[in-house]
Amino acid sequence: MSLLADYLIAGLLLVGGGFALIGSFGLAKLSDFYKRVHGPTKATTLGVGSILIASSLHLSLRGPTLSLHELLIMLFLFISAPVSAHLLVKAALHLDPRTKPPLPPAE
Amino acid sequence: MLALAMGLNLWRAVRGPALPDRILALDTLYINALAMLVLLGIHLGTDVYFEVALVIAVLGFVGTVALSRYVLRRDIIE
Repeated sequence: MSLLADYLIAGLLLVGGGFALIGSFGLAKLSDFYKRVHGPTKATTLGVGSILIASSLHLSLRGPTLSLHELLIMLFLFISAPVSAHLLVKAALHLDPRTKPPLPPAE
Repeated sequence: MLALAMGLNLWRAVRGPALPDRILALDTLYINALAMLVLLGIHLGTDVYFEVALVIAVLGFVGTVALSRYVLRRDIIE
């Protein structure tokens, strides 16, 4: 039982680290801002989510009581990540010269 | 892996061509720092680091929203 739990925790940690790395790699590698915002907002929250599940499992199995703080952090991150991505894309659209209407023709 | 991810975030934050790229890189950077703190908490087996991670999550979200609003309106508190 304990060995199985250890394997499960280690697998979740590896998956979380891999997702965070993939998200950050996409952030560094993709060409456009609107492509770049796609990578970290999903991959990083998934990565952090699985790392938090792993730590919750670890502390629940090792510690004296059930440990549920991590669900609080996960809930907050899953609520706040789309909101911040939406605000960032709105700011980028506001700054983007391609979305400005063309100038009226000169007389 | 997380350290490599944070390095890539920093690279984008320093190099990023526009302001929203830098804000996005800082956003991802605080999320990765939070994951790193949780890993430290697992390693040490203590419960203390979760409050730290929670505070970082809240403050990072507030910082991202404030920076985006500054870019949008040039004014944070209306």
